[in-house]
Amino acid sequence: MREITYYPGCSLKDTAKGFEDSALKVSKELDVNLKELSRWNCCGTVYSLTDDNLMKQLGPIRNLIRARDEGSDELYTLCSMCDNTLKRANSLIRGEEDKRDKINNFMDQERDYEGSVEVHHYLELLRDILGWDEVRDRVVAPLESLNVAPYYGCMLTRPKEIGLDDPHEPTVFDELVESLGGTPVDFPYETECCGSYNTVDNEEMVLNKAQTITAGAKKSGADVIITACPLCHFNLDRRQADLLEVAPNHKPVPVIYFTQLMAVAFGYPEVNNFDEHAIDPREALELKTKAGSKR
Amino acid sequence: MDLTNSDRELTAEVEELSGENIFSCYQCGKCSAGCPFTDEMDLLPNQVLRKVQMGDESVLDSNTPWTCASCLSCEVDCPKGNNVPAIMEAIREISLRKNLDRVDLNELKTKELPEIALVSNLRKKTG
Ligand code: SF4
Ligand code: SF4
Repeated sequence: MREITYYPGCSLKDTAKGFEDSALKVSKELDVNLKELSRWNCCGTVYSLTDDNLMKQLGPIRNLIRARDEGSDELYTLCSMCDNTLKRANSLIRGEEDKRDKINNFMDQERDYEGSVEVHHYLELLRDILGWDEVRDRVVAPLESLNVAPYYGCMLTRPKEIGLDDPHEPTVFDELVESLGGTPVDFPYETECCGSYNTVDNEEMVLNKAQTITAGAKKSGADVIITACPLCHFNLDRRQADLLEVAPNHKPVPVIYFTQLMAVAFGYPEVNNFDEHAIDPREALELKTKAGSKR
Repeated sequence: MDLTNSDRELTAEVEELSGENIFSCYQCGKCSAGCPFTDEMDLLPNQVLRKVQMGDESVLDSNTPWTCASCLSCEVDCPKGNNVPAIMEAIREISLRKNLDRVDLNELKTKELPEIALVSNLRKKTG
Protein backbone atom coordinates (compact mmCIF):
# COMPACT_ATOMS: atom_id res chain seq x y z
CA MET A 1 0.00 0.00 0.00
CA ARG A 2 1.22 3.45 -0.95
CA GLU A 3 1.26 5.91 1.95
CA ILE A 4 0.94 9.64 1.37
CA THR A 5 0.88 12.52 3.82
CA TYR A 6 -2.21 14.58 3.53
CA TYR A 7 -3.33 18.01 4.67
CA PRO A 8 -7.14 18.08 5.12
CA GLY A 9 -7.70 21.74 5.98
CA CYS A 10 -10.63 23.03 8.04
CA SER A 11 -13.58 22.50 5.69
CA LEU A 12 -13.04 18.78 5.30
CA LYS A 13 -13.43 18.38 9.04
CA ASP A 14 -16.60 20.43 9.08
CA THR A 15 -18.94 21.41 6.23
CA ALA A 16 -17.21 19.19 3.66
CA LYS A 17 -17.15 15.98 5.68
CA GLY A 18 -18.44 14.06 2.67
CA PHE A 19 -15.40 15.23 0.70
CA GLU A 20 -13.01 13.71 3.23
CA ASP A 21 -14.99 10.52 3.90
CA SER A 22 -15.32 9.76 0.22
CA ALA A 23 -11.63 10.53 -0.40
CA LEU A 24 -10.59 8.16 2.37
CA LYS A 25 -12.82 5.42 1.00
CA VAL A 26 -11.76 5.70 -2.63
CA SER A 27 -8.11 5.93 -1.61
CA LYS A 28 -8.40 2.66 0.23
CA GLU A 29 -9.87 1.11 -2.90
CA LEU A 30 -6.91 2.50 -4.84
CA ASP A 31 -4.51 1.00 -2.31
CA VAL A 32 -3.47 4.40 -1.02
CA ASN A 33 -3.25 5.24 2.65
CA LEU A 34 -3.96 8.92 3.29
CA LYS A 35 -1.96 9.67 6.41
CA GLU A 36 -3.14 12.91 7.96
CA LEU A 37 -0.46 15.36 8.97
CA SER A 38 -0.45 14.94 12.74
CA ARG A 39 -0.37 18.67 13.53
CA TRP A 40 -1.71 21.26 11.19
CA ASN A 41 -3.35 24.68 11.23
CA CYS A 42 -5.59 26.65 8.87
CA CYS A 43 -3.75 27.57 5.66
CA GLY A 44 -5.44 30.98 5.65
CA THR A 45 -7.68 29.99 2.68
CA VAL A 46 -6.51 32.83 0.41
CA TYR A 47 -2.96 33.64 -0.58
CA SER A 48 -1.96 37.13 0.46
CA LEU A 49 -1.14 39.30 -2.54
CA THR A 50 0.51 42.20 -0.76
CA ASP A 51 4.23 42.35 -1.13
CA ASP A 52 5.15 43.63 2.30
CA ASN A 53 3.03 41.75 4.83
CA LEU A 54 4.75 38.45 5.42
CA MET A 55 2.77 37.66 8.55
CA LYS A 56 -0.04 36.27 6.41
CA GLN A 57 2.37 33.75 4.87
CA LEU A 58 3.25 32.15 8.18
CA GLY A 59 0.11 29.98 8.39
CA PRO A 60 0.67 28.01 5.21
CA ILE A 61 4.44 27.84 5.68
CA ARG A 62 4.08 26.42 9.17
CA ASN A 63 2.18 23.48 7.67
CA LEU A 64 4.96 22.84 5.20
CA ILE A 65 7.48 22.89 8.03
CA ARG A 66 5.41 20.35 9.96
CA ALA A 67 5.28 18.06 6.93
CA ARG A 68 9.06 18.27 6.61
CA ASP A 69 9.54 17.61 10.32
CA GLU A 70 7.38 14.51 10.03
CA GLY A 71 9.70 13.25 7.31
CA SER A 72 7.46 13.88 4.31
CA ASP A 73 8.88 15.38 1.17
CA GLU A 74 5.42 15.45 -0.38
CA LEU A 75 2.17 16.83 0.95
CA TYR A 76 -1.21 16.13 -0.64
CA THR A 77 -4.32 18.31 -0.55
CA LEU A 78 -7.97 17.85 -1.55
CA CYS A 79 -9.41 21.36 -1.09
CA SER A 80 -8.40 23.51 -4.03
CA MET A 81 -8.09 26.64 -1.89
CA CYS A 82 -5.66 24.94 0.52
CA ASP A 83 -3.80 23.53 -2.46
CA ASN A 84 -3.38 26.95 -4.03
CA THR A 85 -2.40 28.73 -0.82
CA LEU A 86 0.17 26.10 0.20
CA LYS A 87 1.69 25.92 -3.27
CA ARG A 88 2.01 29.69 -3.60
CA ALA A 89 3.53 30.11 -0.16
CA ASN A 90 5.99 27.36 -1.01
CA SER A 91 6.94 29.03 -4.24
CA LEU A 92 7.46 32.33 -2.41
CA ILE A 93 9.95 30.57 -0.13
CA ARG A 94 11.70 28.98 -3.09
CA GLY A 95 11.86 32.03 -5.29
CA GLU A 96 12.41 35.03 -3.03
CA GLU A 97 15.50 34.77 -0.92
CA ASP A 98 15.08 37.96 1.09
CA LYS A 99 11.54 37.04 2.08
CA ARG A 100 12.59 33.51 2.93
CA ASP A 101 15.29 34.87 5.25
CA LYS A 102 12.89 37.23 6.96
CA ILE A 103 10.31 34.48 7.49
CA ASN A 104 12.91 32.04 8.79
CA ASN A 105 14.33 34.61 11.16
CA PHE A 106 10.88 35.35 12.47
CA MET A 107 9.96 31.71 13.05
CA ASP A 108 12.87 31.03 15.32
CA GLN A 109 11.32 27.99 17.02
CA GLU A 110 11.52 25.99 13.80
CA ARG A 111 14.47 24.82 11.74
CA ASP A 112 14.86 27.00 8.63
CA TYR A 113 12.63 26.03 5.73
CA GLU A 114 13.93 26.26 2.17
CA GLY A 115 10.96 24.89 0.25
CA SER A 116 11.90 21.20 0.26
CA VAL A 117 8.33 19.86 0.49
CA GLU A 118 6.47 19.30 -2.76
CA VAL A 119 2.74 20.13 -2.56
CA HIS A 120 0.39 18.13 -4.78
CA HIS A 121 -3.33 18.00 -5.25
CA TYR A 122 -5.06 14.63 -5.04
CA LEU A 123 -6.03 15.00 -8.71
CA GLU A 124 -2.32 14.97 -9.52
CA LEU A 125 -1.99 11.68 -7.70
CA LEU A 126 -4.79 10.21 -9.81
CA ARG A 127 -3.58 11.62 -13.10
CA ASP A 128 0.21 11.56 -12.81
CA ILE A 129 1.08 8.82 -10.35
CA LEU A 130 -1.67 6.21 -10.40
CA GLY A 131 -3.01 6.90 -13.89
CA TRP A 132 -6.59 6.68 -15.15
CA ASP A 133 -6.42 2.94 -15.84
CA GLU A 134 -6.00 2.32 -12.10
CA VAL A 135 -9.15 4.35 -11.51
CA ARG A 136 -11.05 2.57 -14.29
CA ASP A 137 -10.15 -0.81 -12.82
CA ARG A 138 -11.97 -0.02 -9.57
CA VAL A 139 -15.27 0.94 -11.17
CA VAL A 140 -18.12 -1.46 -10.33
CA ALA A 141 -21.05 0.89 -11.04
CA PRO A 142 -20.12 2.73 -14.23
CA LEU A 143 -21.74 6.12 -14.56
CA GLU A 144 -23.24 5.00 -17.86
CA SER A 145 -25.64 7.70 -18.99
CA LEU A 146 -24.62 10.31 -16.40
CA ASN A 147 -23.73 13.72 -17.79
CA VAL A 148 -21.24 15.50 -15.56
CA ALA A 149 -20.34 19.19 -15.74
CA PRO A 150 -16.71 19.64 -14.66
CA TYR A 151 -16.55 22.86 -12.65
CA TYR A 152 -12.88 23.77 -12.24
CA GLY A 153 -13.41 27.19 -10.70
CA CYS A 154 -10.33 29.34 -10.13
CA MET A 155 -7.85 27.85 -7.75
CA LEU A 156 -7.03 24.54 -9.46
CA THR A 157 -5.71 26.21 -12.59
CA ARG A 158 -4.66 29.78 -11.75
CA PRO A 159 -2.17 31.37 -11.73
CA LYS A 160 -0.38 29.55 -14.58
CA GLU A 161 2.78 28.83 -12.60
CA ILE A 162 0.79 27.11 -9.85
CA GLY A 163 -2.16 25.56 -11.68
CA LEU A 164 -2.28 21.83 -12.23
CA ASP A 165 -3.86 22.16 -15.66
CA ASP A 166 -4.31 24.56 -18.56
CA PRO A 167 -6.03 27.70 -17.21
CA HIS A 168 -8.26 28.11 -20.25
CA GLU A 169 -8.95 24.54 -21.30
CA PRO A 170 -8.40 22.20 -18.38
CA THR A 171 -9.12 18.49 -18.90
CA VAL A 172 -8.31 16.64 -15.66
CA PHE A 173 -11.94 16.45 -14.47
CA ASP A 174 -13.09 15.39 -17.93
CA GLU A 175 -10.53 12.57 -17.89
CA LEU A 176 -11.69 11.49 -14.45
CA VAL A 177 -15.36 11.41 -15.48
CA GLU A 178 -14.51 9.36 -18.55
CA SER A 179 -12.58 6.83 -16.51
CA LEU A 180 -15.62 6.43 -14.26
CA GLY A 181 -17.73 5.62 -17.30
CA GLY A 182 -19.63 8.92 -17.35
CA THR A 183 -19.86 11.66 -19.94
CA PRO A 184 -18.22 15.04 -19.31
CA VAL A 185 -20.29 17.84 -20.79
CA ASP A 186 -18.80 20.97 -22.28
CA PHE A 187 -20.17 24.00 -20.55
CA PRO A 188 -19.16 27.62 -20.87
CA TYR A 189 -18.61 28.38 -17.17
CA GLU A 190 -16.09 25.64 -16.34
CA THR A 191 -13.46 28.09 -15.16
CA GLU A 192 -15.60 31.08 -14.22
CA CYS A 193 -15.47 32.30 -10.64
CA CYS A 194 -18.50 31.64 -8.39
CA GLY A 195 -17.96 34.89 -6.46
CA SER A 196 -15.82 33.28 -3.78
CA TYR A 197 -15.65 35.11 -0.44
CA ASN A 198 -18.10 37.78 -1.58
CA THR A 199 -20.79 35.33 -0.51
CA VAL A 200 -20.36 36.80 2.98
CA ASP A 201 -21.09 40.46 2.26
CA ASN A 202 -22.61 40.41 -1.21
CA GLU A 203 -24.96 37.49 -1.28
CA GLU A 204 -26.86 38.77 -4.28
CA MET A 205 -23.80 38.86 -6.49
CA VAL A 206 -23.08 35.22 -5.67
CA LEU A 207 -26.72 34.25 -6.13
CA ASN A 208 -26.65 35.72 -9.63
CA LYS A 209 -23.45 33.92 -10.46
CA ALA A 210 -24.73 30.61 -9.05
CA GLN A 211 -27.75 30.99 -11.30
CA THR A 212 -25.64 31.67 -14.39
CA ILE A 213 -23.28 28.78 -13.75
CA THR A 214 -25.85 26.15 -12.80
CA ALA A 215 -28.34 27.15 -15.51
CA GLY A 216 -25.45 26.97 -18.00
CA ALA A 217 -24.64 23.47 -16.81
CA LYS A 218 -28.29 22.45 -17.08
CA LYS A 219 -28.51 23.83 -20.59
CA SER A 220 -25.52 21.74 -21.57
CA GLY A 221 -27.36 18.66 -20.35
CA ALA A 222 -25.61 18.15 -17.02
CA ASP A 223 -27.14 15.88 -14.38
CA VAL A 224 -24.55 16.86 -11.76
CA ILE A 225 -21.69 19.35 -11.34
CA ILE A 226 -18.38 18.30 -9.80
CA THR A 227 -15.98 20.48 -7.82
CA ALA A 228 -12.85 20.30 -5.66
CA CYS A 229 -13.61 23.43 -3.64
CA PRO A 230 -15.70 23.67 -0.46
CA LEU A 231 -16.34 27.38 -1.07
CA CYS A 232 -17.52 26.80 -4.65
CA HIS A 233 -19.66 24.02 -3.22
CA PHE A 234 -21.31 26.35 -0.75
CA ASN A 235 -21.83 29.02 -3.39
CA LEU A 236 -23.31 26.69 -5.97
CA ASP A 237 -25.19 24.29 -3.68
CA ARG A 238 -26.44 26.39 -0.73
CA ARG A 239 -26.92 29.53 -2.81
CA GLN A 240 -28.89 27.53 -5.40
CA ALA A 241 -31.30 26.55 -2.62
CA ASP A 242 -31.55 30.24 -1.63
CA LEU A 243 -32.14 31.06 -5.27
CA LEU A 244 -35.04 28.62 -5.48
CA GLU A 245 -36.84 30.65 -2.84
CA VAL A 246 -36.86 33.74 -5.03
CA ALA A 247 -36.84 32.02 -8.43
CA PRO A 248 -38.95 28.85 -8.09
CA ASN A 249 -38.66 28.15 -11.81
CA HIS A 250 -34.93 27.63 -11.57
CA LYS A 251 -34.04 24.02 -12.42
CA PRO A 252 -31.49 22.98 -9.82
CA VAL A 253 -28.43 20.90 -10.60
CA PRO A 254 -26.80 19.05 -7.68
CA VAL A 255 -23.16 19.83 -6.94
CA ILE A 256 -20.86 17.14 -5.55
CA TYR A 257 -17.16 16.67 -4.84
CA PHE A 258 -15.21 14.69 -7.41
CA THR A 259 -14.34 12.06 -4.80
CA GLN A 260 -18.06 11.56 -4.11
CA LEU A 261 -18.58 10.81 -7.77
CA MET A 262 -15.73 8.29 -7.54
CA ALA A 263 -17.32 6.68 -4.47
CA VAL A 264 -20.56 6.24 -6.40
CA ALA A 265 -18.76 4.56 -9.29
CA PHE A 266 -16.68 2.44 -6.91
CA GLY A 267 -19.88 1.12 -5.31
CA TYR A 268 -19.83 3.01 -2.02
CA PRO A 269 -22.41 5.81 -2.35
CA GLU A 270 -23.23 5.54 1.35
CA VAL A 271 -19.95 7.18 2.43
CA ASN A 272 -20.89 10.46 0.78
CA ASN A 273 -22.92 12.21 3.50
CA PHE A 274 -25.28 13.57 0.90
CA ASP A 275 -27.51 14.74 3.77
CA GLU A 276 -25.15 17.73 4.03
CA HIS A 277 -26.17 18.96 0.58
CA ALA A 278 -28.82 21.61 0.05
CA ILE A 279 -29.66 20.19 -3.38
CA ASP A 280 -29.91 16.45 -2.88
CA PRO A 281 -27.92 14.67 -5.59
CA ARG A 282 -29.23 11.17 -4.90
CA GLU A 283 -32.10 11.14 -7.31
CA ALA A 284 -30.01 12.38 -10.24
CA LEU A 285 -27.28 9.87 -9.45
CA GLU A 286 -29.53 6.86 -8.94
CA LEU A 287 -31.61 7.54 -11.98
CA LYS A 288 -28.67 7.64 -14.31
CA THR A 289 -26.24 5.13 -12.84
CA LYS A 290 -26.30 1.66 -11.46
CA ALA A 291 -25.62 3.22 -8.10
CA GLY A 292 -26.45 1.53 -4.88
CA SER A 293 -23.91 -0.66 -3.22
CA LYS A 294 -23.13 -3.67 -5.36
CA ARG A 295 -20.90 -5.26 -2.84
CA MET B 1 0.69 65.68 -17.14
CA ASP B 2 0.95 67.65 -13.96
CA LEU B 3 1.07 65.43 -10.93
CA THR B 4 0.82 66.79 -7.42
CA ASN B 5 2.61 65.16 -4.54
CA SER B 6 -0.40 63.34 -3.20
CA ASP B 7 -1.14 61.97 -6.68
CA ARG B 8 2.33 60.53 -6.95
CA GLU B 9 1.95 59.09 -3.48
CA LEU B 10 -1.02 56.94 -4.43
CA THR B 11 0.75 55.52 -7.47
CA ALA B 12 3.88 54.78 -5.47
CA GLU B 13 1.94 53.23 -2.61
CA VAL B 14 0.01 50.87 -4.87
CA GLU B 15 3.22 49.88 -6.62
CA GLU B 16 4.91 49.23 -3.32
CA LEU B 17 2.08 47.20 -1.82
CA SER B 18 1.50 45.13 -4.96
CA GLY B 19 5.10 44.81 -6.11
CA GLU B 20 3.86 45.63 -9.62
CA ASN B 21 4.90 48.24 -12.15
CA ILE B 22 1.61 49.99 -12.80
CA PHE B 23 2.89 51.69 -15.97
CA SER B 24 3.40 48.41 -17.76
CA CYS B 25 -0.39 48.42 -18.32
CA TYR B 26 -1.11 49.75 -21.82
CA GLN B 27 -4.90 49.80 -21.40
CA CYS B 28 -5.83 47.06 -23.83
CA GLY B 29 -8.85 46.15 -21.70
CA LYS B 30 -8.38 42.38 -21.81
CA CYS B 31 -8.56 42.12 -18.02
CA SER B 32 -12.00 43.74 -18.04
CA ALA B 33 -13.24 41.70 -20.98
CA GLY B 34 -12.75 38.48 -19.03
CA CYS B 35 -13.70 39.69 -15.55
CA PRO B 36 -16.89 37.89 -14.49
CA PHE B 37 -18.11 40.67 -12.17
CA THR B 38 -17.96 43.87 -14.20
CA ASP B 39 -21.77 44.21 -14.00
CA GLU B 40 -21.39 44.89 -10.30
CA MET B 41 -18.42 47.26 -10.60
CA ASP B 42 -18.52 51.06 -10.83
CA LEU B 43 -15.15 51.06 -12.63
CA LEU B 44 -13.80 48.41 -14.98
CA PRO B 45 -10.56 46.76 -13.83
CA ASN B 46 -8.54 48.54 -16.55
CA GLN B 47 -10.09 51.88 -15.50
CA VAL B 48 -8.92 51.22 -11.95
CA LEU B 49 -5.41 50.73 -13.28
CA ARG B 50 -5.64 53.91 -15.34
CA LYS B 51 -6.69 55.91 -12.30
CA VAL B 52 -3.81 54.51 -10.30
CA GLN B 53 -1.42 55.46 -13.12
CA MET B 54 -2.82 59.00 -12.92
CA GLY B 55 -2.60 59.02 -9.15
CA ASP B 56 -6.33 59.69 -8.98
CA GLU B 57 -7.36 59.09 -5.38
CA SER B 58 -11.03 58.74 -6.25
CA VAL B 59 -10.14 55.13 -7.01
CA LEU B 60 -10.14 54.56 -3.26
CA ASP B 61 -13.91 55.13 -3.25
CA SER B 62 -14.60 52.70 -6.06
CA ASN B 63 -16.46 49.48 -5.25
CA THR B 64 -14.40 47.57 -7.81
CA PRO B 65 -11.56 46.38 -5.54
CA TRP B 66 -14.20 45.15 -3.05
CA THR B 67 -16.20 43.39 -5.75
CA CYS B 68 -13.10 41.70 -7.13
CA ALA B 69 -13.14 38.06 -6.01
CA SER B 70 -9.40 37.48 -6.58
CA CYS B 71 -10.37 34.92 -9.21
CA LEU B 72 -7.14 35.59 -11.14
CA SER B 73 -8.83 35.41 -14.52
CA CYS B 74 -7.44 38.83 -15.48
CA GLU B 75 -3.97 37.76 -14.42
CA VAL B 76 -3.90 34.83 -16.83
CA ASP B 77 -5.43 36.97 -19.59
CA CYS B 78 -3.19 40.06 -19.37
CA PRO B 79 -0.78 40.14 -22.33
CA LYS B 80 1.71 42.09 -20.20
CA GLY B 81 1.58 39.64 -17.33
CA ASN B 82 0.29 42.26 -14.93
CA ASN B 83 -0.91 40.99 -11.60
CA VAL B 84 -4.19 42.92 -11.57
CA PRO B 85 -5.56 41.05 -8.50
CA ALA B 86 -2.51 42.20 -6.52
CA ILE B 87 -3.25 45.79 -7.54
CA MET B 88 -6.85 45.37 -6.35
CA GLU B 89 -5.52 44.01 -3.08
CA ALA B 90 -3.13 46.93 -2.69
CA ILE B 91 -6.06 49.34 -3.03
CA ARG B 92 -8.06 47.40 -0.45
CA GLU B 93 -5.07 47.41 1.86
CA ILE B 94 -4.71 51.20 1.69
CA SER B 95 -8.17 51.50 3.26
CA LEU B 96 -7.78 48.55 5.61
CA ARG B 97 -4.56 49.94 7.00
CA LYS B 98 -6.43 53.07 7.94
CA ASN B 99 -8.68 50.83 10.03
CA LEU B 100 -11.52 51.16 7.58
CA ASP B 101 -12.86 47.60 7.66
CA ARG B 102 -15.22 46.76 4.85
CA VAL B 103 -17.23 44.17 6.75
CA ASP B 104 -18.41 44.17 10.33
CA LEU B 105 -18.24 40.76 11.95
CA ASN B 106 -21.09 41.67 14.31
CA GLU B 107 -23.46 42.18 11.42
CA LEU B 108 -22.76 38.92 9.65
CA LYS B 109 -24.98 35.85 9.74
CA THR B 110 -21.98 33.85 10.84
CA LYS B 111 -23.97 30.79 11.85
CA GLU B 112 -25.13 30.19 8.30
CA LEU B 113 -21.71 30.65 6.76
CA PRO B 114 -18.99 28.02 6.49
CA GLU B 115 -15.59 28.76 7.98
CA ILE B 116 -13.89 28.84 4.59
CA ALA B 117 -16.16 31.73 3.51
CA LEU B 118 -15.68 33.70 6.72
CA VAL B 119 -11.93 33.29 6.96
CA SER B 120 -11.33 34.23 3.32
CA ASN B 121 -13.69 37.20 3.47
CA LEU B 122 -12.23 38.58 6.67
CA ARG B 123 -8.71 38.16 5.29
CA LYS B 124 -9.61 40.26 2.28
CA LYS B 125 -11.97 42.78 3.83
CA THR B 126 -10.74 43.51 7.35
CA GLY B 127 -7.39 44.80 8.54
S1 SF4 C 1 -5.04 43.26 -19.64
FE1 SF4 C 1 -3.12 44.02 -18.71
S2 SF4 C 1 -2.32 45.55 -20.12
FE2 SF4 C 1 -4.45 45.18 -20.71
S3 SF4 C 1 -5.62 46.76 -19.60
FE3 SF4 C 1 -5.59 44.95 -18.27
S4 SF4 C 1 -3.79 45.20 -16.96
FE4 SF4 C 1 -3.59 46.66 -18.65
S1 SF4 D 1 -9.31 38.92 -10.13
FE1 SF4 D 1 -10.83 40.51 -9.70
S2 SF4 D 1 -10.59 42.02 -11.33
FE2 SF4 D 1 -9.53 40.17 -11.98
S3 SF4 D 1 -11.05 39.07 -13.24
FE3 SF4 D 1 -11.22 38.27 -11.14
S4 SF4 D 1 -12.80 39.52 -10.15
FE4 SF4 D 1 -12.17 40.61 -12.03
